Amino acid sequence: MEVLLPHSLEEALAIKGERPEATPIAGGTDLMVDLNFGRLRPAAMIDLSRVAELASWQQEDGHVFLGAGLTYATIVKEMPEFKPLVQASRSVGSPQIRNRGTVGGNLGTASPAGDALPVLAAYDADVVLRSRARGERSLAWHAFLTGPKKTAIAPDELIIGTRWRRLRGPGSFSKIGTRNAMVISVAGLCLVVDEENGAVKVALGSVGPTILRATEAEQQIAAAMTSSGAWQDSSITITEQVIDEFGSLVAAAAKPLDDVRGTAAYRRHGCRVLARRALIWALNERRLPAWL
Amino acid sequence: MNVDIRRQGGVGESVRRVDGIPKVKGAFEYASDLHRDGMLWGATLRSPHPHAQIISMDVSAAAAVPGVVAVLTHADVPGKPTFGLDVQDQPVLAKDVVRYAGEAVAIVAAEDPELARAALEKIAVNYKPLTRVTDMEQALEKSAPPIHPQGNIVRSLTIVHGDPQARADVWVEGMYETGMQDQAPLGPEAGLAVPAADGGVDLFIATQWLHADLGQLAPCLDLPPEKVRLHLSGVGGAFGAREDVSMQIHACMLALRTRRPVKMSYGRQESFYGHVHRHPARIWMRHGASRDGKLVNIQARLLVDGGAYTSTSPAVIGNATSFAAGPYEVPNARLVGTAVFTNNPPCGAMRGFGAVQACFAYEAQMDKLAAALNLDPIELRLKNALRSGSVLPTGQPIAGVAPVRACLQRLQALPLPPEESALDRDPMLLPGGAGNVGHGEALKRGVGIAVGYKNLGYSEGFDDSSEAWVRVSVDNEGPLAEVKTAAVDVGQGLDTIVTQIVRSELGIDRVILRQPDTAIGSAGSSSASRQTMMTGGAVQLACQAVRAEIDRQGGLADLRRPVEASRVFHHRSTGKLDANGQGDPHVTFAFGAARAVVEVDQELGLVRVVQLAVAQDVGRALNPQSVLGQIEGGSAQGLGLALMEEIALVEGQVKNASFTDYLIPTILDMPPVISEIIEEPEPGLPYGAKGVGEPSTVVVPAAVVAALRHATGRELRRAPVKPDDLVGL
Ligand SMILES: Cc1cc2nc3c(=O)[nH]c(=O)nc-3n(C[C@H](O)[C@H](O)[C@H](O)COP(=O)(O)OP(=O)(O)OC[C@H]3O[C@@H](n4cnc5c(N)ncnc54)[C@H](O)[C@@H]3O)c2cc1C
Repeated sequence: MEVLLPHSLEEALAIKGERPEATPIAGGTDLMVDLNFGRLRPAAMIDLSRVAELASWQQEDGHVFLGAGLTYATIVKEMPEFKPLVQASRSVGSPQIRNRGTVGGNLGTASPAGDALPVLAAYDADVVLRSRARGERSLAWHAFLTGPKKTAIAPDELIIGTRWRRLRGPGSFSKIGTRNAMVISVAGLCLVVDEENGAVKVALGSVGPTILRATEAEQQIAAAMTSSGAWQDSSITITEQVIDEFGSLVAAAAKPLDDVRGTAAYRRHGCRVLARRALIWALNERRLPAWL
Repeated sequence: MNVDIRRQGGVGESVRRVDGIPKVKGAFEYASDLHRDGMLWGATLRSPHPHAQIISMDVSAAAAVPGVVAVLTHADVPGKPTFGLDVQDQPVLAKDVVRYAGEAVAIVAAEDPELARAALEKIAVNYKPLTRVTDMEQALEKSAPPIHPQGNIVRSLTIVHGDPQARADVWVEGMYETGMQDQAPLGPEAGLAVPAADGGVDLFIATQWLHADLGQLAPCLDLPPEKVRLHLSGVGGAFGAREDVSMQIHACMLALRTRRPVKMSYGRQESFYGHVHRHPARIWMRHGASRDGKLVNIQARLLVDGGAYTSTSPAVIGNATSFAAGPYEVPNARLVGTAVFTNNPPCGAMRGFGAVQACFAYEAQMDKLAAALNLDPIELRLKNALRSGSVLPTGQPIAGVAPVRACLQRLQALPLPPEESALDRDPMLLPGGAGNVGHGEALKRGVGIAVGYKNLGYSEGFDDSSEAWVRVSVDNEGPLAEVKTAAVDVGQGLDTIVTQIVRSELGIDRVILRQPDTAIGSAGSSSASRQTMMTGGAVQLACQAVRAEIDRQGGLADLRRPVEASRVFHHRSTGKLDANGQGDPHVTFAFGAARAVVEVDQELGLVRVVQLAVAQDVGRALNPQSVLGQIEGGSAQGLGLALMEEIALVEGQVKNASFTDYLIPTILDMPPVISEIIEEPEPGLPYGAKGVGEPSTVVVPAAVVAALRHATGRELRRAPVKPDDLVGL
């Protein structure tokens, strides 16, 4: 097997253009498992870990760009103001995995259990792809993630990173697993509040073939907050009934299956509980005085 | 690895482990690190079917692959076609039938491991699936196809004690179940077979018992035992998984055929297929007591799934049944145990060996009984606790110490950990841990206790003796003691204990341990909590003989020639059980009690174990630090069974043969363990020391689940407890 070692993005794109069959490897925390189990035997691999352009993040005109090569450990260290993303990153694997694993790799694998993905979905993030031949294009997260472990990437493209409009408002990420660390998600949920647009966004992981958005629930809660005036006045309480209904709608959005990690019934139940909790946390956080 | 220690203390001191630094530094050679120039790599083809007839097999395409040196099937087994610890009923390589998914069918040796594995795919096996029996109750049905000619019962025994019809004031009844746990040793199976000039073979192997392997290898290889030489390699944990033969015979067959060294080294996935597991159990119990809380009568039926081959099932069900009444005095009992064959993976030895399953059931019953009698659960246990001289349901009196009460009282005296507010707590320290699923919502604390016991050493008439050789010489650095046994340090710390014994007995600081092999007599297995007692005993005897001779020659200072001695240590003899399950089956016992404090997220059914406290009867702690290590490790394995560890089987197929989905506790799952060491020396055992490896594993699952019942008010009949069970889905 050939391992190609580009030192710049340009070089990496050139290689990928010439050798579209070569498999990119970032942290290798998904790829090496497949290699070890003999599920994958690429003729060539492109090691992206030396491509510095991919390993950075920036904010520009109200948007955030997160490079594909950013590791979870770096996110935890450098991006504290993006709480849901940090919480998702902190829930990934073990320290070793977080030191190597990248968001680009999470996107590349496109597992419904990828923990960064519900956060990107809740942020309504775009995935930025580039090829030497056709340049850059951006796909909405749902256009990029086309199915379980399937993406819309072209053979000559690399994932450059992901971009989203920076939101103002509270949010969180939670993940249920059957042990307290280093576990594949049984159900994951990210909820973010977009104060500017009066929206609540909820994305679910591990409860469907790909990441799901609970759009009915999002509309229900946004409408309830509008009608009660809660968008303007955060001290207005949202009734238990509305919160319960929100939980039920989120649970209804899940399309879970039974498997060795958990039952469909539990996953659906978990979505309901996580949704209620995440909403209550967000509403409580909105009530905190601004100086906090 | 020969270990040379120049300092440190004797018996009773927390001497640093002789293998500690090399292991931490990565310098310790495990079996998976074995290497010889020019060696080949072996690989195993396994059955994808739980039960099937082999219609035909064609290895020609595999054999033709360049780099493949040998492809062997059942037709190539030189001698006896089957192996097994107790009954030799498992084919070295399947001939006409496969009885579980994962059974070895063919083996390949090739120039590299990748080639060997690729060649497996070129072996064409034509199977005709047969009706499979994958449920232990189904195995007992008349209509079930017999998995072996004698039927589906491996062993059934009934223990009748007193008057099993005896009436009681209060009865409680329950059904309990435990899942199939894996030993999950961190080092998967590995070994290196080297053909010898004399036509024999040298096998470097990670095992628990060199001589039991030898006893199975020699007939299968059709070699006299002296031509099959086993040498211990570095063992990365065992917990019972290495009691049965895995790749030993295969590697030797390939080496003898190719005349080249052959290494076999399982990956994690294959390891799940390559060794036996803990028996899943279904247990029904009915406990009768008097109003004032004295046990009157216990009825129990225990059914365990032995899987496709016998392995150690007869002894496991013997244990489970003889311990079914728990560490309590009970005048009347009828205890029926049955182990069955199914087309599930074979089950055999695992830490706790039948005692774990029984304890899970009888301790749940004791809590039920306490509730029915409106008694404190600890008081009820204290009222009925075994003591020295008590007679067990088998009629065996307890000859040694039995500090059941002391175990319970020590736990009773321990303050509970203070309630912690959920506010301001790092979510990492809440149920769900790193998943950030809660900020303390629906949090409920529960406390549970359990007490239990287990036999030490082999039972029912088995003479699992151990031999040791000791030699003392004096060179220009001073006196030197060398020790050799065939006993395996699987990671439990035996090598360290042996050096401590030698230092104490001989007063010599410089001790060298020779690498265990089959040139010396058997040491018995590193299982059943027995090596400190058995090999420790043999080393002590050999040291004493050497010392007597040195004294006779006028002391160390005047020693001209080296003095050496070999001694064999036997435990007291035991006997088989009669038709009513009466006899003197066990050598002696170790007792233990655990208290678990848990927090449950009642909405999500997630758990944080806040604290485990274990009080354990150890006789005497020869190395206190090592005892703590055993208690903590055993507790972790028990917590695993209570909360997460289970081989998921669907129709005989393992669905989670990897550490991705076979979950073992992480540091966020495992709480601090408070260990209370109870030292009451056991008469008749070297230094009065009892084995310490198993009691915590026996009692912790029961204690954790009791705490979960306390927190949730749910019945929780089955371990591992699933989130679904805790939320009542
Ligand atoms: C022990 C362990 C625990 C884990 N726990 C978790 C967990 O809790 N949560 C979770 O979500 N995941 C987990 N994972 C999976 C894995 O760590 C993540 O999916 C991680 O994000 C993968 O990133 P990587 O950089 O290692 O990807 P790699 O393995 O390097 O690549 C993954 C895929 O993405 C492609 N790829 C990578 N970068 C690019 C690019 N720039 N352009 C195009 N394609 C690209 C690769 O070709 C490959 O197909 C775990 C893995 C292990 C081994």
